[in-house]
Amino acid sequence: MTDVLVCVKRVPDTSGEVVLTADGSGVDGRYAGYTMSSHEECAVEIAVTVAADTGGSVTVLTLGDDDSVEQLRAALAVGADEAVRIDAAAEDYGPADVAAAIAEVVRARESEGRPFDLVLVGNDAADTGDHQVGIRLAHLLDRPVVAGAQEVAVSGDRLDVRSSVSGPTEVFDVPLPAVLTVWEGGVDPRYPNISGRMRAKKARVEVLEPSGAPQGSGRLGLRVLPPPASNVEVLGEGKAAAPRLVDVLRELGVVR
Amino acid sequence: MSVLVVVEPEDLDDAGAGLSVVSQEVLTFARSLPGEDVDAVLVGLPCAGAPPEAVLAHCREQGVRTLHVTPEPRLDRYAARAWARVVEAAAEAGGAAYLVAGGTARGNEVLAHVAAARGVPMPCNVVAVVQSEPLEVERQVVGGAVLERVALAAERGLAVASVAGHAVAPEPAPSPGPAHVEAVAVELSEADLAAQVVRVEAKEGGDASALTGAHVVVGAGRGVGGADQFDDVEALAARLGGAVGVSRVVTSLGWRPHHEQVGQTGSRIAPDLYLACGISGAIQHWAGCSSSKTIIAINTDGEAPMVTKARYAVIGDMHEVIPAVLEELS
Repeated sequence: MTDVLVCVKRVPDTSGEVVLTADGSGVDGRYAGYTMSSHEECAVEIAVTVAADTGGSVTVLTLGDDDSVEQLRAALAVGADEAVRIDAAAEDYGPADVAAAIAEVVRARESEGRPFDLVLVGNDAADTGDHQVGIRLAHLLDRPVVAGAQEVAVSGDRLDVRSSVSGPTEVFDVPLPAVLTVWEGGVDPRYPNISGRMRAKKARVEVLEPSGAPQGSGRLGLRVLPPPASNVEVLGEGKAAAPRLVDVLRELGVVR
Repeated sequence: MSVLVVVEPEDLDDAGAGLSVVSQEVLTFARSLPGEDVDAVLVGLPCAGAPPEAVLAHCREQGVRTLHVTPEPRLDRYAARAWARVVEAAAEAGGAAYLVAGGTARGNEVLAHVAAARGVPMPCNVVAVVQSEPLEVERQVVGGAVLERVALAAERGLAVASVAGHAVAPEPAPSPGPAHVEAVAVELSEADLAAQVVRVEAKEGGDASALTGAHVVVGAGRGVGGADQFDDVEALAARLGGAVGVSRVVTSLGWRPHHEQVGQTGSRIAPDLYLACGISGAIQHWAGCSSSKTIIAINTDGEAPMVTKARYAVIGDMHEVIPAVLEELS
């Protein structure tokens, strides 16, 4: 029975144009919308699968304001059992602060006699791309950590973890309890069904207050890169453009 | 006061290979930091104190003072926390004030262990030093669409940062370095080796290394139309001696495997030519392909971001254009 904590983050959906807030301190997602980081969608899928395979449970956690409940409900809709929100202004929290806040929850649950065997986080968030929350968390909890996990199977008190992020598939055999940072690509996140959505809508979300003040990320400011002036040369339309395209390929030296 | 760079070999299986391009870039970047000397540390290459000549040649070219290696045989297989212990030992041995590595999966992971152990910040994907005193850098966030300015002062002993791939072009140092080889020894605990690779398996159907190392990449997006519509793309990639790369929507739809994905959560590529077919050019995809030397877009939408950002474009259906190109090439 593997009880899993999976940590998710509410991030601006940046598939379109990126707009900063008026004071330039953050990304304004009010018009584009918000979502869960893609690595974390996979982390939720792994958590739900591991819990189902072992008869365990999944608790989904986020750090953020009341709006971030939307991402918790998304995880509840696909099979998470419980949801916890650390009530905090996420923009004030650097990666070390987030790791400390998660560690606090893990320790509290341990002291209640309900420890998490496995903690999953996304390898890096789509907005800040910090690549370190899971590793800092592992150091704080003194647990082994594998970064870039894509496929996970529990065997007794050990984990078989696979990652192809750096090339050929690397296999890790890690004792539980452990921390994994999940990388997109090993699993396909499931879509919520109607009953899952209904259950998620009604589910209780536990709200916790973090102790201590955050140190922050050291952010001094943001700037959006101006779009480069387009210097595209249109070679033509449809198949009629093929000869000109081939000329360019020859000029570039990629065909002879 | 020196700068220590964690370097990665180009290809463990190629005895003649030197340092990865990203490592050469980071060594070049390291010279823009305030340290007086640039040192390097190489972990995981089973060289028992004698690095390959090609690695040393790259180090000398980049002005490296000392190349730290470890004779510890237990580190031949990847174990991030243990590798970080070696990096820390090298930093202490060389008196490093700054520690940098490429923003690769390995580089970010090893540096994060050092930063966690030291309790210091670690900005990732730094692209430039914008101010020397006090030191401030800019880094990529939101898939490279936004730059964040952060302080990187060595006030707590060691400033740690990863450098975005292709943020700078590798340039030889003004004068070559001696690249003295020094062995660093560490005492490893069980905890350091608790998460270590136990075996490596060739992934069925290939892995991302073919994509990241390709000189030509033929990219395909939603415009391909379906999992069974990749024949043209594969044929063109084969004709150009390149690899196939795809957008995230293609892998999300299950049309192609994730190791072919180019973008923020896939591979970052820098080929001589990226031929983007039926790809709109969302920010996440642009993050992975923007370092391509030349981009050619084939798209039905002349206003698509990939078209406006490309050097050349053909407006049209890729399934009409590619066969015509292949015929022209035959």
